[in-house]
Amino acid sequence: MSNAVVHADAHGHAHAAHHPALQHHFDTMAQQKEAVVVGMWVFLLTEILFFGGLFAAYMIYRMWYFDAFAEASRSLDISWGALNTAVLIGSSLTMAMGVRSAQTNKRIATVNWLILTMVLGSVFLGVKVIEYADKFEHHHVPGYNFQWASAHPSTSLGAGEAPAAGAEHAAPAAEGAAAAEGGPSTAGHRQLALNAEQLQLTTQIYFSLYFTMTGLHALHMIIGIGIMCVITWMSWKGKFDDHYYTPVEMAGLYWHFVDIVWIFLFPLLYLVERHV
Amino acid sequence: MLDKLKIPERHYLNNGHGLASWLLTKDHKRIAIMYLISISVMFFLGGLFAVGIRLELATPQGDFVQADTYNKFFTMHGIIMVFFFLIPSIPAVLGNFLIPPMIGAKDLAFPRINLLSLYLLWFGAIFATVAMVSGGVDTGWTFYTPYSTTGSNSHVVPMALGIFIAGFSSILTGLNFIVTIHRMRAPGMTWFRLPLFVWAHYATSLIQVLGTPVVAITIVMVGVERALGFGIFDPARGGDPVLFQHLFWFYSHPAVYIMILPALGVMSELISTFSRKTIFGYSFVAFSSLAIAVFGFIVWAHHMFVAGISTYAAMVFSFLSFSVAIPSAVKVFNWTATLYKGAISFETPMLYAYGFMGLFAIGGLTGLFLATLGLDIHLHDTYFVVSHFHYIMVGGAIMGYMGGLHFWWPKMTGRMYSEFFSRISAILVFVGFNLTFFPQFVVGYLGMPRRYHSYPDEFQVLNVMSSAGASVLGLGYFLPVITCCGR
Ligand code: HEM
Ligand SMILES: [Cu+2]
Repeated sequence: MSNAVVHADAHGHAHAAHHPALQHHFDTMAQQKEAVVVGMWVFLLTEILFFGGLFAAYMIYRMWYFDAFAEASRSLDISWGALNTAVLIGSSLTMAMGVRSAQTNKRIATVNWLILTMVLGSVFLGVKVIEYADKFEHHHVPGYNFQWASAHPSTSLGAGEAPAAGAEHAAPAAEGAAAAEGGPSTAGHRQLALNAEQLQLTTQIYFSLYFTMTGLHALHMIIGIGIMCVITWMSWKGKFDDHYYTPVEMAGLYWHFVDIVWIFLFPLLYLVERHV
Repeated sequence: MLDKLKIPERHYLNNGHGLASWLLTKDHKRIAIMYLISISVMFFLGGLFAVGIRLELATPQGDFVQADTYNKFFTMHGIIMVFFFLIPSIPAVLGNFLIPPMIGAKDLAFPRINLLSLYLLWFGAIFATVAMVSGGVDTGWTFYTPYSTTGSNSHVVPMALGIFIAGFSSILTGLNFIVTIHRMRAPGMTWFRLPLFVWAHYATSLIQVLGTPVVAITIVMVGVERALGFGIFDPARGGDPVLFQHLFWFYSHPAVYIMILPALGVMSELISTFSRKTIFGYSFVAFSSLAIAVFGFIVWAHHMFVAGISTYAAMVFSFLSFSVAIPSAVKVFNWTATLYKGAISFETPMLYAYGFMGLFAIGGLTGLFLATLGLDIHLHDTYFVVSHFHYIMVGGAIMGYMGGLHFWWPKMTGRMYSEFFSRISAILVFVGFNLTFFPQFVVGYLGMPRRYHSYPDEFQVLNVMSSAGASVLGLGYFLPVITCCGR
């Protein structure tokens, strides 16, 4: 008889006290947990590099086309962005509370915290949908119908007039923005050196990056909510206890990571013009 | 003693029959065998396209296929060989099979993820096949923009998706190995007792984990740009195609070490086994794997000397590129020192190992030619480059793969290969290889550019030599299949 088989049997019987969640190829719960934690951190490292390519692209184009980026950034609504930032930070808190409850054998509390986290995540996504819809409306989605005419969503032109207005709009837009900040147009605000055509081209790059970055981030959140559904179900079923709560903890790590990405995206995308 | 050694009655090959017992297995050995079968199919497919290329180039006129068909041939050849054969080859087959027993673990840390990464490779291959049968892709395996995003009218998006998915297979394999090597070693298996094969895979996994995500996101950008009309890399819209090349080579230069490092690990095992000596300078060989991985990340722009980077940047990258040669040379010198006064036997794996040493040396040294800024201006995008990377990737990586496969074949299957035929095939591979690719150095140096389907008459002799060598090479690769299935 094969050694492996003998071993497996002896293994199973000798340590009847083994936790049911211990997989056969690990020796102890501690080893299993360590492996999962190391694996998760390595995975998050790959995620950082994944977003890193986009951040590198962003950095380069922001350097080249700063004026266009500032202009385009003005068309985003800071209040939506700020709201979403608050929502996400809140969801990180509820997630952390969920992990804590799992560690301390509070089954119902774990489930509740996790559900609350998912709700907050959905609020974030809902706000994103509103913002995306706004971009569609103003033809700010890169591609064949992209039009850069107005810098201010509040004073935005109707879709129909946009192309005609494009040509005259570059310079007034800069003034308008300066006025909005409350200062005289010469103080503290750079005059745009771009003509309408350049603005049309380079703001489109901004929005290409905006959609790729926030889209990828949103995709990560959707996946995170999916994972959390499973974790919530498992907690409800009582799969976790103070000896075994790794999946909750790992889902938490993932969720915090997604939050952190947003913490970078918010200033980069929404606040570009704030220091001009 | 020997006749008492018996294979256990139940082992991984007969432990369950039927398709489901294989497709749903979490046993690293079974997964390795499934990888072996899958990538052999890929190797065959990639080989077919190579046949097409060599047939076309046997005559100076473009008379076998049209120019755009030819473009699709070399693109499909490159994509299949790089992403679906070479990158998974040694890690997914030999690494999967051998790393757990080598470090005294029962399995990889995440058996389910291991199976998932096999499925991802299949999934990626399906997309690539869809792209292929619906008309192919003509961008070259490098997908240079803006041709791939706005110029080409071929099926870039499904192909990009396929490569993206296959990339995740590679990332997950690397992640699994890293965690396994960190956390699953048997008590007493310290870092400096690890077999060098394991060290090489550790270094490889680091590259897979740190590099692949960058090419993945780059391919995402190409995909959205093509599908949705975004303008990140399109110069007509203010985008920058050189940025694409930076991001692409930031992965793809390290990626060449994903292909060669595992082979270097195999080599260390073969050389010490077949010269009956412990490896000379164990820790130097171990660390040189890590050094190659680290240096590999700082030399990418040597692919872009003529792509519009600044002269100073080019000088710095030229200088840095030479540093990669140091750890590679450390390995070769240590192998040589191991062989010195060893009791060398010339069995099949060792023949492959010898072949490897010669070809890897030529490939690596010509890399230095190319890294030399002034010389690369002349040699860039000629057959010299083609020959250089084939010496490394085919002459090096596949030699290592074949050597390792023969060496561990009895352990993996419980059967011995035919020593006689296998030696013949090893020799055929070596001879065929040199006949195929050495003329390409010459013809490239004389100025024949790569990726053209016709060429001036004066290059024909060298090209015919190359095509003839390719037939010998093909036969050499095929012989082991016949001898193994015929028994
Ligand atoms: C040891 C493993 C190596 C592998 C697997 C490898 C592989 C490759 C590949 C695949 C290419 C062609 C890329 C393309 O399609 O354009 C290439 C080009 C190049 N390699 Fe290597 N290489 C290796 C080592 C080196 C070394 C050690 C150096 C320099 C010190 C080097 C320098 C270059 C340069 C400069 C080019 C670009 C030439 C050009 O496009 O003009 N390589 N290599
Ligand atoms: Cu390179």
